[in-house]
Amino acid sequence: MKKQKKHDLVLAEFDGVSELLAAAEKIRDAGYKKFDCHSPFPIHGMDEAMGLKRSPLGWMVGIMSLTGAALGMALQWWTSAVDYPLVIAGKPFFSYQAFVPVTFGLAVLFGAVTALFGMLYLNRLPKPWHPVFFSENFSRFSDDAFFVSIDTDDPQFDEKQTIDLLKSIGGGTIEHVHEK
Amino acid sequence: MSHTEHNKKFHEPPLIENNPTFGSITSDVSGLVEARTPLPWYLLLAMSVSLALLMFGMIGYLIFEGVGIWGLNVPVSWGWAIINFVFWVGIGHAGTLISAILFLLRQKWRTSINRFAEGMTIFAVICALIFPGIHVGRIWVVYWLLPHPNQMAMWPNFRSPLVWDIFAVATYFLVSAMFWYMGLIPDMATLRDRTKAKVKKMIYGFLALGWRGGNRQWKHYEMAYLLLAGLSTPLVLSVHSVVSTDFATSVLPGWHTTIFPPYFVAGAVFSGFAMVTTLAIIVRKIYKIEHIITMSHLDKMAKIMLATGMMVGYAYSIEFFVAWYSGNEYEIFTFVNRALGPYAWGYWIMITCNMIVPQLFWFKKFRKSIPVLFVASILINIGMWFERFVIVVSSLSQDFLPSSWDYYKPTIYDIGTFVGSFGLFLTLFLLFVRFLPIIAMSEVKGVLPQADPHHHSQHE
Repeated sequence: MKKQKKHDLVLAEFDGVSELLAAAEKIRDAGYKKFDCHSPFPIHGMDEAMGLKRSPLGWMVGIMSLTGAALGMALQWWTSAVDYPLVIAGKPFFSYQAFVPVTFGLAVLFGAVTALFGMLYLNRLPKPWHPVFFSENFSRFSDDAFFVSIDTDDPQFDEKQTIDLLKSIGGGTIEHVHEK
Repeated sequence: MSHTEHNKKFHEPPLIENNPTFGSITSDVSGLVEARTPLPWYLLLAMSVSLALLMFGMIGYLIFEGVGIWGLNVPVSWGWAIINFVFWVGIGHAGTLISAILFLLRQKWRTSINRFAEGMTIFAVICALIFPGIHVGRIWVVYWLLPHPNQMAMWPNFRSPLVWDIFAVATYFLVSAMFWYMGLIPDMATLRDRTKAKVKKMIYGFLALGWRGGNRQWKHYEMAYLLLAGLSTPLVLSVHSVVSTDFATSVLPGWHTTIFPPYFVAGAVFSGFAMVTTLAIIVRKIYKIEHIITMSHLDKMAKIMLATGMMVGYAYSIEFFVAWYSGNEYEIFTFVNRALGPYAWGYWIMITCNMIVPQLFWFKKFRKSIPVLFVASILINIGMWFERFVIVVSSLSQDFLPSSWDYYKPTIYDIGTFVGSFGLFLTLFLLFVRFLPIIAMSEVKGVLPQADPHHHSQHE
């Protein structure tokens, strides 16, 4: 079996929100693609600064909600009008007005399940192993620290140039993290 | 104009007091989970678990003996079980309103209270689900409520509001639980990164799912949060509307009214905010987090209670007007009987607690007074329980035929189950405040002035 290529990266710490945002813009302009900005909370405007596209999650949720609604209505139509037709209060077998609450409930349920699990899928979570976790300093990201990480397999990556770039835009505590 | 400048210009108080930093929020909130368990917590837990056991004992006896142990009689075939169900589901609504509607309306103050309000929602819905679950009589076939292929070749009647209810409340529970868990993921990462104990690190690490706070993750996370808020918003309005159709689609005077859905939703939000206020006052005092859940939060919640209380009061009045205006003798009788009949005491408790007590919140002095807020919020919850009691019992006990009239009295088993459900609610709440962060740390950090990228600079 071929040994899988090790996944390494370079980490740099930044002082605050505006510094991280400015750094992201410069790294984007330098042509890097495989980099990320880590922060304790989402930062307004960071998607643009990093040059990221809008999340496709909305489409996934919309399509799954409509699927849920269609399945809900189909379930009620098939059970009430086809498989077990029963006259109740003189109403038609397919009394679709009365089927709206269940249809709506299933639309919301399918959409919500897709929102949570779609988000996890797009983020490739759960994934408890990652090179960043081998940095002792990085554990402060969930408290009050801001980091940039650049993957070594980015086509632009060059050990010296990348570290120089990070230094020139104000990055501190630069570390080369190896997956162990 | 940035948020900070906006606050300065309009003299709005800061959302979080004492000039917090990102680090102080982390240590203030995580500190509560990491500190030694305080002694009163054990005492409270022992009390709540005892009450919860009382409820499970009552349920055990109910399954053994049957619903005959309850105070139900022939005209009043729906008693405390449905009242308690509506009561608990209603309480949950404030959590969803805070987490979903206030999020969409960009009400940044919600971040201090949304975590435990959402927790309260989930625990309240668990308590609510118990009652319809146990009242079915033959509890071992309770799965018949759900559509499933079976040897009898039967399906549920989807025209029945009771079936709508199962779908509405089950969806509500699942969506609230998923929303809550998603909000917890970044905070679980914080606890994971702070703890040194190996087992705790594993548990929090497992729950954090490997969260590393990269913007490529936040991008999808924020979108998922927005979508869940968007999906939960109609739930706030629909769940209690569906619950109200359990009554409104029947032909019983006192139930058969089109005002029920909005009236129930307003009442649900009203009672939910009262419960959030009660719990917030206790939690901020015990854990000394008055700078995170500030007086301004309580002030805003009091205003919401005033507004929804007025809506509920309006519904009470319009019901009377419509009964008179309809000219229907049975309808008129039912309403006059509510105010002057055998259950008048319950009616007037309801009017006092729900219509008169919230009027205090017109005055800033009372909105700023912790004792007034605390007592009023409890009175409102009592009033809202009596509202459901009045709707259910007074309409049923004197129906069309005077020969079938009967006075309804609960038995010790009714009371034990209801009191015990508070034990279950408090047990779950105590476990939550002990082991999980009660404030959404990542969200609170996001509304601090220094989280605004333009905080220091002048350009926009």
